[in-house]
Amino acid sequence: MSQRSRSVALIATTALVAAGLAACSTPEPSPGISEDTVTVGTHTPLTGPAAAGYSSISAATKAYFDYVNDNGGINGRSIEYIVKDDGYNPATTSTVVRELVQEDEVFAVINGLGTPTHSAVVDYLNENDVPDLFVASGSPKWDQPGTFPNTFAYNANYIVEAKALATYAQETWPDKTFCVLGQDDDFGTDFTTGLVQVLGADGLASTQTYSVSVQDVVAQIGAMQAAGCEVNFLATVNGFTALALGTAAKMKYGAQWVSSSSGGDYPTLVGYLGEDVAPLLLQGFVSSNYLPFSPDDEWVTLFQEINDQYNDGAPFSGNTVYGMSVGYLFAQALAKAGDDPTRESLLDALEVGALTGNGIVPLGFSKDSHAAFEGVGITVVDEGVQDYVDGQIYTTDAGNGPVEPYTGEAVALEGDGIPTA
Amino acid sequence: MTGRQRLPGQRPLLRTLLVAAGWTVVALAGTFALDPFRNYQLALVAAYLCATAGLTVLVGATGQLSLGHAALMAVGGYGFALTTNALPFGGIPAFVLALLAGVLASAVVGLLLGLAAARLSGPYLAGLTLAVVVALPAVASTWSTVLHGDQGVQIPFEGVPDGLRRVVALEQWQAMVAVLVTAAVVTSLTVLRGGRFGLRMLAVRDDEVAARLSGIPAGRVKVLAFTASSAAAGVGGAVLCFVAQAVSPGAYTVGFSLLLVVAVVIGGLGSILGAALGSVVIVLLPWLIGRLTSNLPADAAQRLDGNLAVLVFGLLLITVMAVAPHGLHGALVARRRRTTPDVPRPTAEPAPRKVLVPTEEQR
Repeated sequence: MSQRSRSVALIATTALVAAGLAACSTPEPSPGISEDTVTVGTHTPLTGPAAAGYSSISAATKAYFDYVNDNGGINGRSIEYIVKDDGYNPATTSTVVRELVQEDEVFAVINGLGTPTHSAVVDYLNENDVPDLFVASGSPKWDQPGTFPNTFAYNANYIVEAKALATYAQETWPDKTFCVLGQDDDFGTDFTTGLVQVLGADGLASTQTYSVSVQDVVAQIGAMQAAGCEVNFLATVNGFTALALGTAAKMKYGAQWVSSSSGGDYPTLVGYLGEDVAPLLLQGFVSSNYLPFSPDDEWVTLFQEINDQYNDGAPFSGNTVYGMSVGYLFAQALAKAGDDPTRESLLDALEVGALTGNGIVPLGFSKDSHAAFEGVGITVVDEGVQDYVDGQIYTTDAGNGPVEPYTGEAVALEGDGIPTA
Repeated sequence: MTGRQRLPGQRPLLRTLLVAAGWTVVALAGTFALDPFRNYQLALVAAYLCATAGLTVLVGATGQLSLGHAALMAVGGYGFALTTNALPFGGIPAFVLALLAGVLASAVVGLLLGLAAARLSGPYLAGLTLAVVVALPAVASTWSTVLHGDQGVQIPFEGVPDGLRRVVALEQWQAMVAVLVTAAVVTSLTVLRGGRFGLRMLAVRDDEVAARLSGIPAGRVKVLAFTASSAAAGVGGAVLCFVAQAVSPGAYTVGFSLLLVVAVVIGGLGSILGAALGSVVIVLLPWLIGRLTSNLPADAAQRLDGNLAVLVFGLLLITVMAVAPHGLHGALVARRRRTTPDVPRPTAEPAPRKVLVPTEEQR
């Protein structure tokens, strides 16, 4: 009897374990998806030193999602966007992203902002199989499908951007002296790597760096002036682009400035420098961009309308276009992920290359590449208007590949800017 | 030596160790009951507890006020991160070595600071230690080739060891490691304070001249106490780096450093249980406030984000000081005493003794 009861117990246990395992292997619906909503989140600086330049991005993305939701959402689901402030502090980013994933149970994290901040959570997100889409940073780190299968970049890679800007500068000012002022982190280092690829190891007469926590660049600008720099590349955030130009003006040092897109947004720079002097200081200011920005562009017109209606008419800048473009790309990815999207189907939609985005160059997403834009266009400020230079769009890679002119068309607006499957 | 002979107010070592082991087992078992986010918060509490326990012993037992413990945590964190990146192997041996390196680094910095601190008191000491925190970002950007400026140092991701992967989640593993390390730190501090050295610290705090006359090397006691407290803070920084996989100056701001002092004062100066309560408060309060404000309109929530917590901490500090001058732990003890009045307790007036800056007549 005891023999039998023991075997009964054994069987029952085995059955229970088997049932448990079976329950585990049944595919569950992904977190953050309900019948009529999709919840996604982001980490971004709303307070702290970086907030002034970037806090308008998440507000623009949210405004775009509100616009989509008011027009029926994507596949019948409205998009809920949870914005967490990390103050541009990696330790806080760790906390708020865990909150997003474990407390708010988001479907995906989109557009997490900053290289140092997002570096603190990229392993965590991949370990937990959370889609980590459209990171708001140009670090080459996000394009590693082998190491970070869930992570997809958004910004044009800093190296790509630097190679395109250096090529343009070399063609436009062949006999000038080139120098660079870069942030003392991966941003500055990667950008300078790209410049050296094109200009050669001795192509830069002076390489200066600054630290975000020290609000003074007199020493650096002085060194560039002393080195006879005529064309200065900037791997700076918006606040420091303004600081560098203002410092140079005070020192009566006239030079040609060529800035990364991360610190080259004209309306934001005007905010720092003031309406009166900005057009003078920024005359001829060269930067790069990969999103629609011409004043008469159809995307820009649509985004301005959305901004007026859903964002209380906040100042319209490159950040607004950026935030809404990210929103558009996510909406497109969601539309292509099927009627009942899962985390897997979302990543699949990205990897089959079905997304177009709304950039001036095509998106590069595929199984082997998680880089978004592999090229940039050159912009110049003329009499207070920042616009693309005709025919100056370059594509290249993050390695030592050649820089080639791109002649294709920008992605056209269709269907009121609300993507469909 | 006469190990059996107990000093006044001293607990037997065995009892301390048993209590510590009991609490550790409870905390480790508790990690199984918590969800991943709660475990993450537990790991943060444990890391902060290392620093606050060190601070509460320093302030409570020697009367030296340090506003710079965040910087000492950062030193521990950088030591941990740089050693982890330098080691050719990973896993638990690397963790232990890196932890020791972090502790060593913070102890050395603490020793240097302590040498200066022993000659200062009150606001001068507070000013010195505050300056160290203020200087941290500048130090990180001056030696940016090693410390990587504002970006900080990142360490490679280390998951759960293979043998445990099926049993525990990442957050739980991190919480367990943090609990074990913190238990070691807190136990050492308790033993240190409960022993001969503890009495010397109290003697130096209460009357330095009398202590010197009794043959106690007051300067050396102060320096050693500061060093021990720094080492504890360094462990906290190392554990925080282990959990967040990064250390950067932005994580150790002046605000955070003051928050550690607030935690110690709210919990009850000199009490390790108080330090634990204080650590729980500084981890949970900003999170709770975030939860509450998330339902407000986006505009108002954005304005309150990060700012409201500071305001609430200020109000909490004022309230606790007004209602329970000995902090949360002091209030708990007072209540227990009131309910059991027949237990004879000889010393019930620690109030005038717990002064940071002795006035003339107290000197």
